[in-house]
Amino acid sequence: MNKVLVIAEHDGSNLNGSTARAISCAKDIQAESIDIVVLAADGSSVAEQAAALAGVNKVLLVQNPANEHPVAAFLAPQIESLATDYTHVLAPSTTFGKDLMPRIAAHLGVPQISDIMRVESATIFDRPVYAGNAIITVEAPAGIIVGTVRTASYPVAENGGSASIENREVSVELPSHTRFVSVSTGGGEERPDLQAAATVVSGGRGVGSEENFKVIYGLADKLGAAVGASRAAVDVGFIPNDHQVGQTGKIIAPDLYMAFGISGAIQHLAGIKDAGTIVAVNKDADAPIFEVADFGLVGDLFQVIEDLEKALA
Amino acid sequence: MKIIVGVKRVVDYNVRIQVKPDGSGVVTDGVKMSLNPFDEIAIEEALRIKESGKAEEVIAVTIGAKACQEQLRTALAMGADRAIHVETDEGIQPLTAARIFKALCDKEAPKLVIFGKQAIDDDNSQTAQMLAALSHWPQATFASEVVIDADTASVTREVDAGLETLSVDLPAVVSADLRLNEPRYVKLPDIMKAKRKPIDTVSISDLGVEVAAGIKVLKTTAPAKRQAGIMVETVEQLVVALKEKGLIK
Repeated sequence: MNKVLVIAEHDGSNLNGSTARAISCAKDIQAESIDIVVLAADGSSVAEQAAALAGVNKVLLVQNPANEHPVAAFLAPQIESLATDYTHVLAPSTTFGKDLMPRIAAHLGVPQISDIMRVESATIFDRPVYAGNAIITVEAPAGIIVGTVRTASYPVAENGGSASIENREVSVELPSHTRFVSVSTGGGEERPDLQAAATVVSGGRGVGSEENFKVIYGLADKLGAAVGASRAAVDVGFIPNDHQVGQTGKIIAPDLYMAFGISGAIQHLAGIKDAGTIVAVNKDADAPIFEVADFGLVGDLFQVIEDLEKALA
Repeated sequence: MKIIVGVKRVVDYNVRIQVKPDGSGVVTDGVKMSLNPFDEIAIEEALRIKESGKAEEVIAVTIGAKACQEQLRTALAMGADRAIHVETDEGIQPLTAARIFKALCDKEAPKLVIFGKQAIDDDNSQTAQMLAALSHWPQATFASEVVIDADTASVTREVDAGLETLSVDLPAVVSADLRLNEPRYVKLPDIMKAKRKPIDTVSISDLGVEVAAGIKVLKTTAPAKRQAGIMVETVEQLVVALKEKGLIK
């Protein structure tokens, strides 16, 4: 019988929404049980949030001062010692999961299945390659299956569960070769999280400057939306990297995605394929973004935003 | 110190990928092949560390068929000192690739191994982390800044929350993200010079590496295509359409 362990992503106080998406993927495996492990310095609040997810049987809480920040070299040996009780070990395919899971897979001597987008059976999965321009169906060999879940392919698992929380002591030696120094966010924490937001307003090189990005933020605030950006806009310094949407940034699936001054490079489109409705505003009528947009509008983005704000007032 | 850089031959990023009608893979015959763009950034970083006087030698390593020597020549033209070609006609998956790099690290004893954060063909993003695991070395993935200071490295990483900084003891494995640097342009005299630089060819069995049980690809399909929608003429039309769908109030 299959038993799935999902690694919780969190910031010490809040469970990241990507974890609840990984739970939805785990449910498709038709497992006998789905457990979540929370590794934290003080994780009781995160564990409670994890226990509330419907479909979760048990939350394992591993508390250790070394787990204050998610450092793969510390987390991996602890998870490996728990993994042998399971058939599948999953994490969201965020920078957290991408950093951590191959380290676990290598120690367990098994391959990793990256970016699972569909579960065909307990051993057969679909995953994207070539920036989502092809999908491969893969079969895992015998042994524990280690995978990351493409969060844009799965809905957030609902609340309503009441899993038990079990404290676990894990006695493994942690390395001393890595030290966490700091983490700095790009600001704008009062806005919704880009990967969880129902609406995302995004700007590209066409916005023109860091100063001009204020109009993107302004519209986003009016709509209660998160702010995204194309790689081009990030590379020229209009906006910090954590806003980047695309193959090498964040892959998102909001209900509404509004792209202003974004031409629609393949690598950007790879990040928004699963959006519910895409709106594109660009002054170039031939911009490739119009090939995937549900609603396209050729025009000056500043004028359009001004008119939109009036219409929404 | 020595730096090893892992590089991969991939379909050029400008090529429009086509899935073969029989589902056996994507079309690669007659398609332009290039050095994986993230690996180019990895080489550039190794060269900058060497040029700053903190490393003596940069070794480019690839695993694959004979044709992969083209990409090693590109790495040598950029400035790598020598190259190692682990020749095989089999498709090598990340865990086996990591074992191969581990065997090479045992032999060459580098202080730093740099990879691109992912190859743009399989998009796995695994080999760097797996090598770090097998070697019990630190890892600093998705790097946007690397500062070497004697026996440690301070690495800034691009994470979903923003920028994270780790301090790691050397030897360590780093994977390069986009904003780490801008790779140099290769000039013709460098290409000529690269032809005289040595490439060692070894086999997987020479290195005593066991090929790991891998993932089996059952089929390859084209993704569902998004249909182009409609063009609206005015903001009013757009607002009406979005309100109808309940997407805005």
